[in-house]
Amino acid sequence: MNPLFELMYRFAALSLLAFGGASTVVPEMHRLVVGTHHWMSEETFTQLVAISQATPGPNSLIATLIGWQVAGLAGAFVATAAMSGPPALMMFAAANLWERMKNSPWRGIVQQGIAPLSVGLVLASGCIISRGADHTPGAWLLTAATVAAVLATRLHPLWLIAAGALLGLTGAV
Amino acid sequence: MTPGEDCMTGEPPAVEERLSSPVGISHAGLFWGFTRISLVGFGGVMAWARRALVEERGWLTSQEFTSLFGLSQLIPGPTITNLSVCVGARFQGATGAIVSLLGLIAAPFLLVLAIASLYSRYAAHPAVQAMLRGIAAVAAGLILAMGVRMGRDLGRSLPSWSFTLLILAGVLLLHLPLALLMLALAPASMLVAAWQKRRTP
Repeated sequence: MNPLFELMYRFAALSLLAFGGASTVVPEMHRLVVGTHHWMSEETFTQLVAISQATPGPNSLIATLIGWQVAGLAGAFVATAAMSGPPALMMFAAANLWERMKNSPWRGIVQQGIAPLSVGLVLASGCIISRGADHTPGAWLLTAATVAAVLATRLHPLWLIAAGALLGLTGAV
Repeated sequence: MTPGEDCMTGEPPAVEERLSSPVGISHAGLFWGFTRISLVGFGGVMAWARRALVEERGWLTSQEFTSLFGLSQLIPGPTITNLSVCVGARFQGATGAIVSLLGLIAAPFLLVLAIASLYSRYAAHPAVQAMLRGIAAVAAGLILAMGVRMGRDLGRSLPSWSFTLLILAGVLLLHLPLALLMLALAPASMLVAAWQKRRTP
């Protein structure tokens, strides 16, 4: 099948499952891209995730990078549009509906039901990325230290990314 | 869940109470406003978005922001992308939504491709490989920490955490497709939430 078409419908479908942000579908992207289609290696996938994290902007940039890796600039366009379009349309419809549901108890129930699943999916993404990234004790430590630093301090993530790059250069990771 | 609270710890909520929205914000204003938000926020765009929308620009009151944020989390897709659609739609309808979304996406799109093509040119260089190994380890930590932060909002609710564990196991151990997991777990989780609400009104 044409990879552009494949990218379009895979990412459009994924976009509708990305509750809580694109990070929640990273495991599924991984399954499709590395597993099912063999579009890239485990290593490349992990590094694309790293690049998308190190670039400012919404975390859906990972889709842009995967599209680019698979089919060049056209792939990047298609993957980005497919990842952003369907949720944007849903959001537009939902914004109107939501205003009307203002006093309905359903609003809270839906919110409360989705939350634990979002948490689980984000944690799963973290585990999968860590599995690809952390091959040495140093790398494990760096991941753990990052979690601790984010939770305990108000340090800007950019500093942590810079520290990671430096530690990588020194060969500690 | 207390959307909007967690990533904003330490920032006092804006107290100004405006009598609801439409101050006229042009399409260009929306586009550049969201471009700016997208470019300052590394990793955690949301905290920046609140600062920009509520405190600097005054496009939304703090309460408006929190409720739109909650809504943006419910719809699939990145929260910040959804929020841009919400805000754009509020001020300029459908075209405003499109312009805001483009403002948020366009600049990072170009930037990430520029970085990625540099990467593909220099990927084989050992120093680049070494740096990326370090960045990847940090990236994993950033996402795990985000999960932990989001998890704090669940409090000590045992049913909530069981659903978190179930979906975690489904993805990591059983390698099940996400569509299947969501179709099975989301309705169940909402049912439990409804039942809990009935017991403790």
